[in-house]
Amino acid sequence: MGDFDFSIIATNWRFLAEGLRYTVQVTLTAMVGGILLGTLLALMRLASLWPLQWLAAAYINFFRSVPLVQVILAVYLILPLLLQFLTGRLIPIGADNSAYFTFTIFEAAYYAEIIRSGIQSVPRGQVAAGYALGFTYSQTMRLVVLPQAFRNMLPVLLTQTIVLFQDVSLVYAIGATDFFGAADKITQRDLRPVEMYTTVAVVYFVLCFALSRLVKYLQSRIAIIR
Amino acid sequence: MIAINNVSKWYGDFQVLTDCTTRVAKGEVVVVCGPSGSGKSTLIKCVNALEPFQKGSVVVNGIAVEDTKTNLPRLRAQVGMVFQHFELFPHMTITQNLTVAQMKVLGRGKEEALDKGLKLLDRVGLKSQADKFPGQLSGGQQQRVAIARALAMDPICMLFDEPTSALDPEMINEVLDVMVQLAREGMTMMCVTHEMGFARKVAHRVIFMDQGAIVEDATKDDFFGKPRSERAQSFLAKILQH
Repeated sequence: MGDFDFSIIATNWRFLAEGLRYTVQVTLTAMVGGILLGTLLALMRLASLWPLQWLAAAYINFFRSVPLVQVILAVYLILPLLLQFLTGRLIPIGADNSAYFTFTIFEAAYYAEIIRSGIQSVPRGQVAAGYALGFTYSQTMRLVVLPQAFRNMLPVLLTQTIVLFQDVSLVYAIGATDFFGAADKITQRDLRPVEMYTTVAVVYFVLCFALSRLVKYLQSRIAIIR
Repeated sequence: MIAINNVSKWYGDFQVLTDCTTRVAKGEVVVVCGPSGSGKSTLIKCVNALEPFQKGSVVVNGIAVEDTKTNLPRLRAQVGMVFQHFELFPHMTITQNLTVAQMKVLGRGKEEALDKGLKLLDRVGLKSQADKFPGQLSGGQQQRVAIARALAMDPICMLFDEPTSALDPEMINEVLDVMVQLAREGMTMMCVTHEMGFARKVAHRVIFMDQGAIVEDATKDDFFGKPRSERAQSFLAKILQH
């Protein structure tokens, strides 16, 4: 002890910041894409047609039963082959790009379950009122059910996004340079693991804690007066 | 205006409606009453196809609601409905509640919808509440807004599903007053309610239901004067005591 050398952070901060930027980009992409795909899955799961229900349930249960790191690896290895098969050309995707896709499809399964419970939290009478005014199914969903459902579930959605933000670190398994991956690469070159990983942990903690406080604040701001 | 012909409905094996037949003519006010669980709410919800039924037919303004070719949103837009629990949209202001369907369903412009909505809000005596949210209003006020919201669609008839049974006693009259006024203006109305004072005042006919069947379908005077069925007599005796 006593010989900590935090200059490793100072000399490498640009590389770390690039990694953090990538982490944020993957998080935001997977959040937006995952919520869109998740909403579709949730509506399918609540649909009256059983093939739709079955398809959505199969998707959700599959991704919720497989370790994320395995999905990251599988997509990284299989997606290029699939694209080559479909287009006939070899398209290099790279670890960085494959992660955007992986996190979107994986998180969609989790978002879908949150959104489904959110939709079910809206009283059935609201749906009846929408229909009674002459709204179609999609108008009833867009104008009446989903706005209320998203308000109800926003805290849970954002909490899931904070988990997603931390989980992006798993892309170091395929050598992508996210925040954690950047730290890992610097450490392997400059051999200062304690300083480096401590700093990374502190940054993760500060960001996630701040975000969770923000969720609490939002929760009180957007609640529907009933 | 509304013709209900031999309608039967089952939830699985359980029959909730048994061979119900009745009619509501244009300009007529019909009150549907009966003990809870007698199927009166279910019956009224069959009229605008909020509840599907397995047998029989419901014809509204010449259009069969059970026909799969019927454009249900268009039909429902012509039939106003008021619910027991108001069902205003809690994430919208009163003004938005009054205008959203006019714009999205009838394709009215914002100005026109707003003009119509505020006029009706004034009519139910709540003009000053236009910018509030439903949760900031009392139950009676919310129900009056719900009536205005339905009227904003220029309905050809109105359905009321126990409009006062979720209200505190002191708020019931403000809602009934609006309904009485509406009835006197000649609106075609089908009302599920236990408010016999309302029925006496404006109803033309009273339907009494028990265990999913229409037991009594009589003019108001006949119903209150000499109900034929024993079940209706004992029901009336119970609720008119107080």
